[in-house]
Amino acid sequence: MAAKRLGLQTVVFRKAPRIVGCSTIAGPKEGEGNLGSYIDTLIDDPLMGQPTPEKAERMLLYQACQDALEKAGLTEDDMQFFIGGDLLNQIISSSYCARDLGIPFLGIYGACSSIVEGLGLGALIVDGEYADSVLVATSSHYQTSERQFRYPIELNIQHKKSNQWTVTGAGAAVLSTTGTGPKITMATFGRVLDYGIKSPNDMGAAMAPAAADTLSRHFQDTGTSPGDYDLILTGDLAAVGQKLFVQLVKEAGYTLGSKHMDVGAVIYKPEQRSGAGGSGCACPALGILGYVVKEMLEGKLRRVLATATGALFSPVSNQQGDSIAGIAHALVIEV
Amino acid sequence: MDKAQKDLHARYQQMVKEATPQPNRWRNTVMAFITGGAICTIGQLLYNLFETIEPSRLETTAVTQAAMIALGAIATGLGFYDWLAERGGMGAAIPVTGFSNTVTAAAMEFKREGYILGMGAKMFVIAGPVLVYGILSGFVVSLLRAVLTGSLF
Repeated sequence: MAAKRLGLQTVVFRKAPRIVGCSTIAGPKEGEGNLGSYIDTLIDDPLMGQPTPEKAERMLLYQACQDALEKAGLTEDDMQFFIGGDLLNQIISSSYCARDLGIPFLGIYGACSSIVEGLGLGALIVDGEYADSVLVATSSHYQTSERQFRYPIELNIQHKKSNQWTVTGAGAAVLSTTGTGPKITMATFGRVLDYGIKSPNDMGAAMAPAAADTLSRHFQDTGTSPGDYDLILTGDLAAVGQKLFVQLVKEAGYTLGSKHMDVGAVIYKPEQRSGAGGSGCACPALGILGYVVKEMLEGKLRRVLATATGALFSPVSNQQGDSIAGIAHALVIEV
Repeated sequence: MDKAQKDLHARYQQMVKEATPQPNRWRNTVMAFITGGAICTIGQLLYNLFETIEPSRLETTAVTQAAMIALGAIATGLGFYDWLAERGGMGAAIPVTGFSNTVTAAAMEFKREGYILGMGAKMFVIAGPVLVYGILSGFVVSLLRAVLTGSLF
């Protein structure tokens, strides 16, 4: 077996790439939510003065990248790869952002799991000595997602309680072996799981099996248990998905208890009328690069298992009757 | 799909059903009744007003419809109609103001892709099926009526 592998799905980073600089940016609704104080930059206007929300989303992404580089004390020229992903068709936010950054670009699509997929791939590249520094970023926008996956913004829709609200924001991180910051020590890349959920109103339910599978695999591969981590983070399962996730993990023999936190379930306050909670690429990005990294730098968290899940479908596949598949990736982040 | 997988899916569907919160049907019904009733009351008041100007019933009905459609479009443009629908549900969706909202909301959304291929082409993306099947069912019912009664009018 390859020397840096552990068990079936886990890889170990011997050089432990560090998050040497990271930045988060989000809209006013996220600012008023529970994680508001952990977000670096809050914008007042979700359109950022742009004529379309698509243009605003790529601006958010670009801004997050610039801020992350500045915090790391580096520039675009120091980055050997830019890994980016978002929810829009043909990942246009990331591609246009890459055009403006001018860094060799690897575009990924893992739906809302993109930030963990990106950090995992970035860590592989840095650990494999194919780069000294890699920039990883992801974004999502309420208005762009609504129009692509659901309905026009102003349409008369009564949202279901299981609906999730796409987070408007972006997160970016610089990975490097030189510098200071939290280390990425392991990654468990997940399988695509499909339990036959067809309604795009139940995305948390579609992703929960994948999250539970990746988590169980991680514990088996590494011989760890929930007790070995200060926090087990999931990305955007939200209220309904997280309930199912906890149930499925319990069936696999692991009890998470108070160690588990789902970013989607906590990002908005109940009075913000957001259905089951948040979703979108920016949701786990704000959780990991905002909450987790800041708590680590303050010494409140030492070892975190951070997972992010993605719902893999398109409006076309959904209308043609295909079910929604889910994916989840996990990272071990330590100080 | 083999049987084990089918069973797994069925069992998971059950788990999802139990985990998903149910909508508050009583509250939604009352809210829909109040919202729909309020919109219809506005329509009736306008009808009564227009009746004093134009006494023909057909003409008054047409003018009232047009006024309600305009009101629905304005409320959509001001960002008020989706707020109303979030609370009033079907009470906001079924009246003609709701139909007006579906066209206006789509027009606003797709204007960004230009007036021809954006707004012009996609304005009826939500309202289209209502028009197609509304006209189709109207035709079928009229045909049945004509056959059964032997008269077109």
